[in-house]
Amino acid sequence: MDMLCHRNIDLEATELRLGLPGTSERPITTPRGNKRPLDDFMEGSSTEDGDHLECPSAAPPSKAQIVGWPPIRSYRKNSLQQKKLGNQAETTTRVYVKVSMDGAPYLRKMDLSIYKGYRQLLIALEDMFKFTIGEYSEREGYKGSEYAPTYEDKDGDWMLVGDVPWEMFACSCKRLRIMKGSEARGLTCCL
Amino acid sequence: MAYSFPEEVLEHVFSFLHSDRDRNAVSLVCKSWYEIDRWSRRRVFIGNCYAISPRAVIRRFPEVRSIKIKGKPHFADFNLVPDGWGGYVFPWITAMASSYPWLEEIHLKRMVVTNACLELIAKSFKNFRVLVLSTCEGFSTDGLASIAANCRNLRELDLRDSEVDDLSGHWLSHFPDSYTSLVSLNISCLGSEVSFSALERLVSRCPNLRSLSLNRAVPIDRIACLLRQAPQLVELGTGAYNAELRPDVFSSLSGAFSCLKELRSLSGFWDAVPAYIPAVYSVCSGITSLNLSYTTMQNPDLTKLVSQCPNLQQLWVLDYIEDCGLEAVAASCKDLRELRVFPSDPYEEDEFDIALTERGLVSVSEGCTNLQSVLYFCRQMSNAALISIAQNRPNLTRFRLCIIEPRSPDYLTLQPLDAGFGAIVEHCKGLRRLSLSGLLTDRVFEYIGTHAKKLEMLSVAFAGESDLGLHLVLSGCESLRKLEIRDCPFGDKALLANAEKLETMRSLWMSSCSVSFGACKLLCRRMPRLNVEVIDETSEVAESRPESFTVQKLYIYRSVAGPRLDMPDYVLSMGEESPDLIG
Repeated sequence: MDMLCHRNIDLEATELRLGLPGTSERPITTPRGNKRPLDDFMEGSSTEDGDHLECPSAAPPSKAQIVGWPPIRSYRKNSLQQKKLGNQAETTTRVYVKVSMDGAPYLRKMDLSIYKGYRQLLIALEDMFKFTIGEYSEREGYKGSEYAPTYEDKDGDWMLVGDVPWEMFACSCKRLRIMKGSEARGLTCCL
Repeated sequence: MAYSFPEEVLEHVFSFLHSDRDRNAVSLVCKSWYEIDRWSRRRVFIGNCYAISPRAVIRRFPEVRSIKIKGKPHFADFNLVPDGWGGYVFPWITAMASSYPWLEEIHLKRMVVTNACLELIAKSFKNFRVLVLSTCEGFSTDGLASIAANCRNLRELDLRDSEVDDLSGHWLSHFPDSYTSLVSLNISCLGSEVSFSALERLVSRCPNLRSLSLNRAVPIDRIACLLRQAPQLVELGTGAYNAELRPDVFSSLSGAFSCLKELRSLSGFWDAVPAYIPAVYSVCSGITSLNLSYTTMQNPDLTKLVSQCPNLQQLWVLDYIEDCGLEAVAASCKDLRELRVFPSDPYEEDEFDIALTERGLVSVSEGCTNLQSVLYFCRQMSNAALISIAQNRPNLTRFRLCIIEPRSPDYLTLQPLDAGFGAIVEHCKGLRRLSLSGLLTDRVFEYIGTHAKKLEMLSVAFAGESDLGLHLVLSGCESLRKLEIRDCPFGDKALLANAEKLETMRSLWMSSCSVSFGACKLLCRRMPRLNVEVIDETSEVAESRPESFTVQKLYIYRSVAGPRLDMPDYVLSMGEESPDLIG
């Protein structure tokens, strides 16, 4: 939002328009442009004219910016925060997993807990290794590309990514391997 | 006087008066009654630790056994009072240590309690029994160790919501083996793990233990053996209530709960896993108080649990209960008297995830005819809903509504919520406590001033249009004792016009309003028994402030002790002639 303001000002300066220099059709953003005007009111900074009533219809600041609002005691806030962190930790038993790609010179590491599902994971893998994964289907695995994403589960078996529900995968995945070529095709053919 | 009863008889009669107000009234009848009350008063309540000096209390009531003292203003709970403001209990403890050797009970709220205080308590009062530290701070678990080690007759140790410097759980082991008198222990605010074996031994050797609130660090698989040692428990706060489901743990827990025939109150349940909740079903029919406000459990499990408690009187819960859950409460918990619904995600911008609206509260107001006390956080409200609630429940005594977005209008009509809150004060004639929120004009204060004659405490935020609002409240609310205001356009005129009113109240807090420095000085000059404290955290020096300077925060309270002497440098007392008083 702030960046946008600054960009607008720059554009304005270079714009050709009729009128005396220094005049503008649009209202100039206030000097305290970094803070939205409502912030000052909320944080109770004093203004000599006592102008507290004229709250602009600008969007109010996010609640986190208003001190002491909503009126919740700190121990309760802390408890909620801990819960949130706790919940995030509970979704995966392992967070960082090694990712190998057949033919790549070195391995990578990925944090599985930041993904909410297979689609996000596969997009990230494609992005990381610059390749395309084919279409997944339960019957045929990944069709339409040379690659098949696989993972080693808790039992040490190599499984095709995508067969089990995401949560189950995230809990049991120990490492990822993107198989390529005949091995991959072999995998998909068997299914 | 020849015809009056002997003192002993009067004293005996007075002993049946439990409320402070009654005893205060009695003491005004005549000199001899004053003296009898004075010597026989055993309990004292000090609503504001700065309203009177410890010496003055001791002088008036020499034989006190139980004292309750409150320190910081209520808005300190929401971080509006900076650190170091005050509320130190040490001067009270030192004064009482020499004058009340038989003191048994100390209850403190929002005070700063140091380890030195705790050590002094532990050493000075031989018959010390009850220590309740509610929302206090300033001490560590070392201080608790002194209490545990020395207070041989301790019955109750309750640390509710206090901020403790948690060095270790070792303090609990300081209760000697000979100590057996524990009745109530609340350590739910502590983070570190106490020695479980010490806890178990403590529980097993204290046959009178009625109330046990564990902290989060106590795992679920340990609770069962604790409960077996204390089947007489009336109140239980579990620790963390989660683990992978193991049938042996579950059946052990379930069996232990089924032995708790006296259990009336349940709390804790941090991180509760639904799979373990059925373990408590056996006690649900007797439960009158349920605090699920720390648990992430959601529907349907949450509603299922609550609906199993037909005798529930007090329910604290997160908005995970949703409207449907509250409908179930309205249908099953017919004796509900107090409902508190807290927000699970108060800062979340996306409002559409939580299915808790005004409808939940309306349902409860319809179905629960004994409902008296409400604290409700939600994201939308309408005048129609508030009017419904008011008409359904004229017996409400406490009504606190927090619509999370400041200045939210009636979401149906986009009008201010004046009419809704107006209905509340009009119908609920016994209303003693009220917290406002949403879009409100001066009109709502007109309603409040006109109707809220029993109102004792009012909290206002982001409301009103002019000084008239404040004036209407101060001039109309006859029973008002505590008024706390933030971010409202209230200023000098209303304050000065109602200066005398302020001395009939305990305190007034105003922050981010429009009160000027000059008005504060004027007020102070006019009302010598008011302490007018200006809190200003900017670095400007006092002398350079003009009269028109708008104060950041203002705390006014009546006092017979004069300006206090322990103010930090950002608090200015208006109590001197010259304004440049620092500290």
